[in-house]
Amino acid sequence: MSVTIASASPRDAGPAAGDDLDAAWHATQRRLRLRRRIMPLAGGAGLLFIWWALIAVFHVRPFIAPSPEVVAVTVYQKFGILMANLLPTAIEAVCGFLLGNLTAIVIATAFVHRKTLEEAFFPIAVLINSIPVVAKAPILILLLGNGLAPKIAIAAIVCFFPTLVNMVRGLEAVSPQAMELMHVLSASKREIFVKLRLPTSVPYLFSALKIAASTSVVGAIVGEWIGSQEGIGALIIQATYNFDSALLYATVLCGSCFSVLFFLTIRLIERVAVSWQPDTGH
Amino acid sequence: MSETLAGAAIECRDVTVRFSSDRGSVTALENVSLTLMEGGFLTLLGPSGCGKSTLLRVIADIVQPVAGAVSVLGQPPAGARRDRQIGFVFQDAALLPWRNALDNVRLPLEVGGRRGLPAGSPGPEALLDLVGLSGWEKALPHELSGGMRQRVAIARALLGGPRILLMDEPFGALDEITRDRLNEELLRIWRDTGTTIVFVTHSIYEAAFLGQHVLMLAARPGRVRELVPVDLPEPRHLSVRETPRFVALAAHLRAVLETC
Ligand SMILES: Nc1ncnc2c1ncn2[C@@H]1O[C@H](COP(=O)(O)OP(=O)(O)O)[C@@H](O)[C@H]1O
Ligand SMILES: [Mg+2]
Repeated sequence: MSVTIASASPRDAGPAAGDDLDAAWHATQRRLRLRRRIMPLAGGAGLLFIWWALIAVFHVRPFIAPSPEVVAVTVYQKFGILMANLLPTAIEAVCGFLLGNLTAIVIATAFVHRKTLEEAFFPIAVLINSIPVVAKAPILILLLGNGLAPKIAIAAIVCFFPTLVNMVRGLEAVSPQAMELMHVLSASKREIFVKLRLPTSVPYLFSALKIAASTSVVGAIVGEWIGSQEGIGALIIQATYNFDSALLYATVLCGSCFSVLFFLTIRLIERVAVSWQPDTGH
Repeated sequence: MSETLAGAAIECRDVTVRFSSDRGSVTALENVSLTLMEGGFLTLLGPSGCGKSTLLRVIADIVQPVAGAVSVLGQPPAGARRDRQIGFVFQDAALLPWRNALDNVRLPLEVGGRRGLPAGSPGPEALLDLVGLSGWEKALPHELSGGMRQRVAIARALLGGPRILLMDEPFGALDEITRDRLNEELLRIWRDTGTTIVFVTHSIYEAAFLGQHVLMLAARPGRVRELVPVDLPEPRHLSVRETPRFVALAAHLRAVLETC
């Protein structure tokens, strides 16, 4: 017989002799946490310096690549233009994110309730999901044309597939014993969905939403590349045509910052929604 | 429950269960018959794969037999299930990880078109207390040890006062010290509540210590090997396992098990 002694909870753990050890352990943990914060900053500063040094040493001309301080100045001087162009991109990305994910959740629910639907369409969804965003976007632009709505649609479709795939997997990741428990309790299909499947799927949903937060921005930007007058994507094309490398870099920086903020917002919501999960250590 | 003490809680007649898959069909149980009186404690013992879990699942209406008749409290298993006369405890506790201990125990009140508790039946808090977990109501499953999780699962199975408790190797994954303690507590709960219990185990000592009878199953196909009555002084304590009578019983079970 295999005997695994059930781990004693910290509450049960031992006498006062452990307190010093505990304090030392906590201090180490604090130092490690601080290091984890500081090291990326140091790394970033190092890379910025290398960037600056390369431009200076090799006399790279401004229309090929700008030096970091020029980009910083551009961000400051053209802040109004950048924000004016970020707004439509942000609206497209967020609306597309909501629309695409909501549709995915609804269709995943339908799949789980009607197995035939899932059998017919889920493999195709998995296939489409494996096509990269940059390959899908031009096809969609041809299909949908210009204006704000098509960009929302592109961002939505780009979010849709990963969420659909993950949501279906999450709704079906229910343990067989939990299903048997629900059967013994004579739970209805609806109760099983609400009390068991939906909560089980939440962590799966959020790992898809975190991906979708970035890809929806990519979708909106790629959508703006063709025949758009405003937006981060349009500004990128304009700056490239004008050999205005400083504006190009500033625009990309601006789009990335929004993307990161969007991602962090979703992660914050995730922390609250799945607070019941044990810490996975990162 | 004393007025029905004379009645049979569970009756199986020539129950046969087959599972068919792509690789052919497996006969999990063949012509299994058993009768368990209300208030009894039966342990099922046998090698792995002999159909112990399947037999429990038949009684709980999770698996349908291809032949034979099953009666639970005088009605088909589905009826007993719908009347909430059956509590089931799984090997891995099957707690919902997003619910704290108390909300896990409360789950049976929220599903299956269930209204409140039957009058006089202990509530979730009282049951957590019964299994020795008062003070842990708000703890999430991952904050509990394996033994504590099983205690929560037992409390959940007891909610609503089912007359039958089915337990599928509930302590199989626990360390021996925890398992011994839970064995003794289970006997106390059984005496206090008068619930009929069927308990699956592959431990000879657990089977002999808990059961009033040990039903031994043989594998391939799963069938009844022997029904061994357990004649030990009541109430039982762990020390009974050192008595000559217990040692002889365990030796007998081991000898039979070798032929299963
Ligand atoms: N759902 C199932 N589908 C197919 N075969 C199964 C299923 N459940 C059990 N079996 C088979 O039935 C036999 C008995 O299984 P089980 O009742 O789980 O045995 P035990 O609990 O005694 O280990 C095994 O051979 C097992 O492979
Ligand atoms: Mg089993």
